[in-house]
Amino acid sequence: MKASNGEILLEVRNLVKHFPLRRSLKDIMQGKRSAVRAVDGVSFFVRRGEILGLVGESGCGKTTTGRVLLRLEEPTSGEIIFDGQDITQLSRQEMTRLRRRMQIVFQDPYDSMNPNLDVFRIVAEPLRIQGLARDHDEVTERVARALADVELTPVEEYMHRYPRELSGGQRQRVAIARALVLDPDFIVADEPVSMLDVSIRGGILKILMRLVRERGLSLLFITHDLSLARHFCDRIAVMYLGKIVEHGAADSLVYRPHHPYTQALMDAVLSTDPRQKHIFTGLTGEIPNPANPPSGCRLHPRCPLATGLCRTEEPPLVEHKDGHWAACHHVEQSLARLEAKVTTAAAAEAE
Amino acid sequence: MSELVVQDLRMYYQSRRGQVRAVDGVSFTLAPGKALGIVGESGCGKSSLGITLLRLLPPNGRVMGGSVRLGGEELLTMDEETFRKNIRWKKLAMVFQGAMNALNPVLTVGSQIAEAILAHERVTKEEAERRAKDLLAMVGINPARYGHYPHEFSGGMKQRAVIAMALACNPQVIIADEPTTALDVMVQAQVLKAISDLRQRLGLSLILVSHDLSVVAQTCDEVAVMYAGKIVEHGPVEEVLVRPRHPYTQGLTQAFPDIRADRAPIVSIPGTPPNLLSPPSGCRFHPRCPLADELCAREEPELVEKGAARHRVACHQVSVSGEVAEVRFA
Ligand SMILES: Nc1ncnc2c1ncn2[C@@H]1O[C@H](COP(=O)(O)OP(=O)(O)OP(=O)(O)O)[C@@H](O)[C@H]1O
Ligand SMILES: Nc1ncnc2c1ncn2[C@@H]1O[C@H](COP(=O)(O)OP(=O)(O)OP(=O)(O)O)[C@@H](O)[C@H]1O
Ligand code: SF4
Ligand SMILES: [Mg+2]
Ligand SMILES: [Mg+2]
Repeated sequence: MKASNGEILLEVRNLVKHFPLRRSLKDIMQGKRSAVRAVDGVSFFVRRGEILGLVGESGCGKTTTGRVLLRLEEPTSGEIIFDGQDITQLSRQEMTRLRRRMQIVFQDPYDSMNPNLDVFRIVAEPLRIQGLARDHDEVTERVARALADVELTPVEEYMHRYPRELSGGQRQRVAIARALVLDPDFIVADEPVSMLDVSIRGGILKILMRLVRERGLSLLFITHDLSLARHFCDRIAVMYLGKIVEHGAADSLVYRPHHPYTQALMDAVLSTDPRQKHIFTGLTGEIPNPANPPSGCRLHPRCPLATGLCRTEEPPLVEHKDGHWAACHHVEQSLARLEAKVTTAAAAEAE
Repeated sequence: MSELVVQDLRMYYQSRRGQVRAVDGVSFTLAPGKALGIVGESGCGKSSLGITLLRLLPPNGRVMGGSVRLGGEELLTMDEETFRKNIRWKKLAMVFQGAMNALNPVLTVGSQIAEAILAHERVTKEEAERRAKDLLAMVGINPARYGHYPHEFSGGMKQRAVIAMALACNPQVIIADEPTTALDVMVQAQVLKAISDLRQRLGLSLILVSHDLSVVAQTCDEVAVMYAGKIVEHGPVEEVLVRPRHPYTQGLTQAFPDIRADRAPIVSIPGTPPNLLSPPSGCRFHPRCPLADELCAREEPELVEKGAARHRVACHQVSVSGEVAEVRFA
């Protein structure tokens, strides 16, 4: 058992991924370059044996971040340090070998699974890619173990089924088994349960949680569901328009969100308690185009606390307390506002 | 404004492998101006219920029995001509699941709303355009965007536009099927706010279909929990979501993480959702229910008032006074 000992397994520094946009002839003539700045200078770390949640609204760059970490997309710039080694420098071949230790569960299990392969072949595929599929008995054994890990038992019952013969939850388990078959140290799980009903998704989350706790697996858990991240992840990082605006321990982030964006995001999450009727519509305006993000702090056009400084200068991500980081020029005001809100709410409740 | 009374409604899909009992004996009453949430897992029959009420079934969908009355008038046996002229869109309208992605990309959003008006009412083009602009304003979209195309709208605006479209003929009852499912939290809040405002302004009755308890908790007066084509619990939201009685509802409320609650382990309901081609005997939840006994496997429990007024539960293990063992799913 390799439990979490606080050691950092993966560290990302200033990671950037730009997707070039098709330019008009005029732009080309004028030498104008433009790109979707999907990930635009992101820094974070994942410890051994921990679950880091990456949350944010659609299009903020979560999936791109996950894919770049495994170099399924090449980073535009930045460093990805995995177990002490900057993997952006590795050759393709070295990278393929490293994937034994780094795996991904894709956002859409329907797209990412070949419908013509049965479960056995789907799960065995990474072994084949790694050249580890020479001994049929060993392959069978490893596939069976992976299927047992995700509780698709009795395994003989599932080995030879095709994706169409599985429920959504079972298919998602196959996707996880495929990521587990190489016994990796790190998995990116991109919205692994967002297509599933609450009543069955708990089963999958428990499997992931067990693997993390028992084997010291590290997980980057991508989700747009803040409530889920709050209960499932050890730490949470919040993304907005290609940037991480805040990260910290799940409790700290939820109880004391420092950044105005995180506060708005939290506020907009509806309560399941019908006695607390409250629909908060969040920030004004819409998320700007990532090809042309606002200057300074990207939130400034929508932020209730924005000043001239916010318009011109990008706030750095700084540690405020006990591993709680935020990128905002006005964290004090932001926290004071939160304080005031809590006090008013308490007063209202007392009445 | 009129009351909607649904009694023992049954609608089965005919398939090669048999009948899919998607709506199987559903009864409820929706008072004028009230909002009823329908919750339940994927495939339990929520959308099927909606399209049955609106009589927009696919060719293999067949009403097997029951009654649907709006303001005392029976809708199920009404001839299609009368239904089309007087009821569908005029009194009873629906926002379909995923409708916002079905907007025609080559027509402006405004003209599509105006088209919906022209299709059902004899008004001039100018009048239709004026009303379409009013409808846009009503759902919080600047009428100046009348001439914009769907791709120029954000997801939340598209969803509000299709709601506006459903309102084109001033219906009394509107069925909104998963209106916020694909949307981010802030956008979801904006759409729900628009729906709530409309309800107040127009005195609409609302049936809101969702698999998300929090959406229903925040927008509805009552909730009906569906499981395998049936309502298993129904009552005021403050009753059903706060003191759930049916073991399935207990599981559902536990499985829903509340962001404001202290960190807790994630809960699931063991077992698999039922197959509607051959649903389990007795109580359809019995194979997954921790309280099930031999009676549950044999006899189907009736949906009856237990404990509190207007709080109906279909479970053998809930006493007449509404007492039931607390079920802890893990
Ligand atoms: N291959 C690509 N080419 C061009 N743009 C892309 C590409 N992949 C992603 N993008 C853009 O990059 C941005 C970030 O996308 P990404 O898929 O990472 O977001 P996300 O946070 O995962 O969103 P979601 O919650 O919807 O899955 C979006 O604006 C997206 O349109
Ligand atoms: N045209 C059809 N023919 C046969 N079966 C169908 C048809 N449409 C739906 N079904 C089945 O009927 C059942 C109920 O489907 P329905 O779409 O009403 O569920 P739902 O509760 O709305 O689910 P979701 O939350 O996924 O939207 C499901 O088992 C579904 O597979
Ligand atoms: S830096 Fe300024 S604009 Fe950005 S979140 Fe903080 S206060 Fe708002
Ligand atoms: Mg994504
Ligand atoms: Mg549906």
